Amino acid sequence: MPVTDIPVPFVDPLEQAEEGTSLWKDAWHRMKKNRMAFLSTLLLGAMVVFCVFGPFLSPYTYDQINEDAAGTIRYAEPPNARNWFGTDKLGRDQLTRIMYGGRVSLAVGMCATLVSLTIGVLYGAISGFVGGKLDNVMMRFVEILAALPFTVFVILLMVYFGRSLLLIFAAIGAVEWLTMARIVRGQVMSLRKTEFIEAAFALGLSRRRIILRHMLPNVLGPVMVYTTLTIPAVMLLEAFLSFLGLGVQAPMSSWGSMIKDGAEVMEEFWWMLIIPGTFLSATLFCLNFLGDGLRDALDPKASKD
Amino acid sequence: MLRFIVLRLLQTIPVLFIVATVTFFMVRSVPGGPFDSEKSAAPEIRKQLEDYYGLNQPLWRQYTDYMVRLCKGDLGPSMKYTNRTVREMIMETFPVSMRLGLMALSIALVFGITAGVIAALKPNSFIDYFASSISILGICVPTFVTGPLLVLVFALNLRWFNASGLFETSDYVLPAVALGFAYAAYVSRMTRGGMLEIMNQDFIRTARAKGASETRVVLRHALRGGLLPVVSFLGPATAGIMTGSFVIESIFQIPGIGRHFVTSVFNRDHTMVIGTALFFATLLVLLNLLVDVILVWLNPKLKLQ
Repeated sequence: MPVTDIPVPFVDPLEQAEEGTSLWKDAWHRMKKNRMAFLSTLLLGAMVVFCVFGPFLSPYTYDQINEDAAGTIRYAEPPNARNWFGTDKLGRDQLTRIMYGGRVSLAVGMCATLVSLTIGVLYGAISGFVGGKLDNVMMRFVEILAALPFTVFVILLMVYFGRSLLLIFAAIGAVEWLTMARIVRGQVMSLRKTEFIEAAFALGLSRRRIILRHMLPNVLGPVMVYTTLTIPAVMLLEAFLSFLGLGVQAPMSSWGSMIKDGAEVMEEFWWMLIIPGTFLSATLFCLNFLGDGLRDALDPKASKD
Repeated sequence: MLRFIVLRLLQTIPVLFIVATVTFFMVRSVPGGPFDSEKSAAPEIRKQLEDYYGLNQPLWRQYTDYMVRLCKGDLGPSMKYTNRTVREMIMETFPVSMRLGLMALSIALVFGITAGVIAALKPNSFIDYFASSISILGICVPTFVTGPLLVLVFALNLRWFNASGLFETSDYVLPAVALGFAYAAYVSRMTRGGMLEIMNQDFIRTARAKGASETRVVLRHALRGGLLPVVSFLGPATAGIMTGSFVIESIFQIPGIGRHFVTSVFNRDHTMVIGTALFFATLLVLLNLLVDVILVWLNPKLKLQ
């Protein structure tokens, strides 16, 4: 059907006096009512503050080996007044290492997600907007990447690029964008068929304006939801890489590497496993609840109560 | 139906071809060779080894040789384990991982679906929050935390199971639980989401209006549609769970296929890397096909195309 055949209803701007509530207003309203999501946001904020500013207040550094007055190393001490979370098997303060490790884990999560967000949204948007043959080729490519065993791919990248922290971000992000691209493509494709986009075309708006002003706000919901779910996935992956010994380099710590060290000695020194495990799990827990909350809040089908 | 299956099977050939090609060149571009770690190898022996595996040939020649052999169904000899072929090693370790994986999958499905349905029947109630929390916990706690914890509690303290090894049937329990827990979490979230959407549909209201008992409405009418997301998730999940987990296998000392995915890359065992990658891709593609057929059977509105 030629686009010009569609009668464009004339709407007098003055008649639109009754203001509808926007999607975002509704979403915010619903979000506030979801106690779990709200609590998670608070806890996440606290976690970020703790990791970013904590090290400035700590009397120890992440690689400092604690000794008592006589000069013996105080290694593997359970939580006590001087070291709230105990010391590790080399005598380093666990609390400080948790804070530094948290910086690494959170930074990896954010940066890798940003990389995957950029690639995924651009790739998906182009594929969905252009459609046709290009879309077909681009989606086949995604399928093939998905069929490659993920761990081999990441390890190969790591081995190839060396163990620089920055490249870990890039490598992880470069693998994690597939689902994001699929989601964005699906959204853009179904949006292209909607009447308001067709109307925008009929009105002669530029592609740029259509994409930025009309499509983007509608894609943003699912993208935000999936982003909050990508961060924990990436943090888990970082932990897995640390478990393989491919993560951050000693003596720097990350939650993943601390868990790995802790798992080796858990029979005698439980706190070395439990404490970093709790921190990682709690953060991922909050991110997941936040993602769920956002999904419920942004779902246009949800009732407006 | 038959036509669809044959067509899809034909489509997998180019995908597998590309997976083999990409993996081949990826492995070769990584610095280091399979014989680097053998310190005792004198230059002559090393040269003989490289001649034997054709590593001195130009790259394109190695590639065509490999592809020709592959077309005959030959995955080649392992470069690390002398006198073993890749096929032998996969065939030897895969059944172990498959058995463990299927047990873990059953655990995941039984617990995941039950929790998901219960949570969806009373959304935003205490029981929903409880089930959701447990399931998010399953996603957030990495297997290398749950694994050691299970060993610590059930093997070392309670002495119900052996801590590691795979000799008796009971030895499967702990690794299967650790592996299944993570998947149960995903299954329960998907079940909850799918069921929530279905329970609002008209045909459910009709069923209720006609006086069907609530149990019948849920089990007979809603579950079939509500489980659709879980079924589509099962394709990649089954492929992933049956090809083992490096973490679980190294914690519980299980001779499965999962470790080959990781160690072969570290060993630069070229043929093994490509072999495992191809094996995984084949399994994934076949399981996805199976899932598509099941989806159509469950939802007659979809058509095979």
